[in-house]
Amino acid sequence: MSIAEVRPGLPLAHVNPVAKMAATVPLSLALLLTLDPVSAGVAILCEVVLFTAVGLGSLLWSARTLPVWIAAPLTGISMVLYGAPSGAVYVDAGLIHVTEGSVAIGLATMARVIAIALPAVVLFLTIDPTDLADGLAQTLRLPARFVLGGLAALRLAGTSIDDWRTISLARRARGVADRAWLRRGLGQAFALLVLAVRRASTLATAMEARGFGAPGVRTWARQAHFGRAEWGVIAGGCLVAAISVTAAVAAGSWNLVWS
Amino acid sequence: MSGDRLQRPARIDAHGWAWRHGSRARPAVEGLDLVIEPGERVLLLGPSGSGKSTILHGLAGVLGDDEEGEATGRLLIDGADASAARGRTGLVLQDPDAQLVMARVADDVAFGLENLGVPRPEIGPRVRAALAAVGLDLAPDRSTAALSGGQRQRLALAGVIAMRPGVLLLDEPTANLDPEGVLEVRDAVARVVRETGATLVVVEHRVPIWLPVVDRVVVLGRDGGVIADGPADVVLQRQASELRAAGVWLPGDEAAVTPAAAIRSRADGMRDREPALLRARGLAVARVPGRAVQSDLDVDLHEASVLAVTGPNGAGKSTLALTMAGLLRPEGGSLEASDRLADGAASEPWRWKSRQLLTRIGTVFQNPEHQFLTGSVRAELEVGPRALRLRPAEIRARVEPLLEALRLAPLAGANPFTLSGGEKRRLSVATALATRPRVLVLDEPTFGQDAVTWRELVRLMRELRDAGAGIIAVTHDDAFVRALADTRVMLGHPVGASTEVPA
Repeated sequence: MSIAEVRPGLPLAHVNPVAKMAATVPLSLALLLTLDPVSAGVAILCEVVLFTAVGLGSLLWSARTLPVWIAAPLTGISMVLYGAPSGAVYVDAGLIHVTEGSVAIGLATMARVIAIALPAVVLFLTIDPTDLADGLAQTLRLPARFVLGGLAALRLAGTSIDDWRTISLARRARGVADRAWLRRGLGQAFALLVLAVRRASTLATAMEARGFGAPGVRTWARQAHFGRAEWGVIAGGCLVAAISVTAAVAAGSWNLVWS
Repeated sequence: MSGDRLQRPARIDAHGWAWRHGSRARPAVEGLDLVIEPGERVLLLGPSGSGKSTILHGLAGVLGDDEEGEATGRLLIDGADASAARGRTGLVLQDPDAQLVMARVADDVAFGLENLGVPRPEIGPRVRAALAAVGLDLAPDRSTAALSGGQRQRLALAGVIAMRPGVLLLDEPTANLDPEGVLEVRDAVARVVRETGATLVVVEHRVPIWLPVVDRVVVLGRDGGVIADGPADVVLQRQASELRAAGVWLPGDEAAVTPAAAIRSRADGMRDREPALLRARGLAVARVPGRAVQSDLDVDLHEASVLAVTGPNGAGKSTLALTMAGLLRPEGGSLEASDRLADGAASEPWRWKSRQLLTRIGTVFQNPEHQFLTGSVRAELEVGPRALRLRPAEIRARVEPLLEALRLAPLAGANPFTLSGGEKRRLSVATALATRPRVLVLDEPTFGQDAVTWRELVRLMRELRDAGAGIIAVTHDDAFVRALADTRVMLGHPVGASTEVPA
């Protein structure tokens, strides 16, 4: 179960998840400001080089990043078909206008989606949920009740997958599985919800019995460190953002979306 | 070491204590008067519904506030109100899956210490000491999801004793474990109370298992008051018949069950004349397609016979049973129903429609809650007959006798989820019987059941068998196998199995 997995033995796995999330912010902001192929293209190039350099190359090209490579062209194509028309017209069929301008926007959009989503997905895959909870509670000082409650919920989500399988078999055994899929699915979803609530309340009792929510200051067995490695990762994120913006400005393609 | 870090056994006082759940009219516990001296080891017995769990939850301070229920009288730990004594008590629950909080072994043990505000440098040593005390020799970063039931319960125990409570409260800690896990956990508890001297209160149906650990037995009556209290041997002797009636397993009870072989009946003759109801050849089974857990199984289920499927956890017993029940598609090999069982439907059970299964193969799942579909016991029993489109009169004619036979009539209007463990089990068996299937498949039917429900299940299975049904039971319960099984399939850990007739 990927959500309950023990810390993956990957490079950057030991870096505070808060730093990894922070590192993606500057580039995302920069790329949201402009719509041009140069900044996004340069960013993708930098990302590939950086991830390969730290040893995440195999994860970068693994099936787990596939959603990015599928979603990005789809967004791009919709911009090509329906984007604001300008320049030479290639196809004109009703609502669909493929023009020189819309193709350019489509390509830029696709590159931008890849440039923003790729680092987010790769970095997220190196994050262990327990480390994330430690980071959120200790580094960002979010309330412990909220963070640990979320962590426990995440663990229960894993058992819900098994519950779903068992419930569908159980309903077949009860003679009610011949109904149309929508009705069957709704009934089953409700049954799953009931079970999930019951499991959650047992877990809550177990947590409470072990002093969770007791008055007084909670300590943390694992220290969420924030040192050189964390600042290094954030610097890397800033660097990629700076390089892409500089390249776009130098190439003259920098255009703020609202101008 | 400073004084407050040493574990002191705690004293328990209950004075006229009562508790009523917010949604119920009757109190779960009423007028409880009980004193447990520091360091005493108490086995708490009583029929289901006598409020044993409520008392443990009350002592652990997790019953909730005024919104959830209403408490009267006093419940004290070392003279202080139990709800304010968190950290002085440690509670271990029945379900091994539901009480793990963290993803890694050491983190899970540390969870309680963090909540109590124990300084970080002390946490590591206390975690290691607790793991050693329960005999868990695991890597600290081992995934808690990969542990067996017995290991999970010992981990939960470690998480509790790391907090150095003065009282250990165990709520049926071994009810959901296989025999190996039961002994693992019992022995870990025995070692811990010996080494720490902590007060122990344990609720369990299986007395013989816990007798070596406890020195006092307290028996609650149906209304929550104490009806017997004293040294274990004295109480067990004096109250034997009341305790048996209340569903408590007493020493020697398991051996007293008449073995199946001794009561072979007219069913014997019927068996070999007819072809097997279900015939598996070279069968491979998988819960998730593509991942076979057993293969090359040859299994026959005959009319009027009971087939027991046994083996260690993870051997694929349930997967085999669910495959034979027509719920999972075989991963390889063949599984065919006899013409009489198929009765016009396809010969392979997995191809049957859900509705066709009803009159052919009934399945009782390990966790009854997975099967409940409605808001009342009566409606639950009507689901199958309704799916068969029986007339209302016929539905009534089937449901009423089942309600009576399985002692569910007084509960006909109750929500299935609010029933006790034994009642849920009886209901889930009854729902399968309501459509009169020729084959009945049961997954761990006796898990966590008290002796009364156990005897009822054995009696019912014998009646069904004698009426010609073929029964498959996945079980860890040797007494159940001895009492019922004609054939036994033992699944080994690696892919492969052996079939034998029990002596």
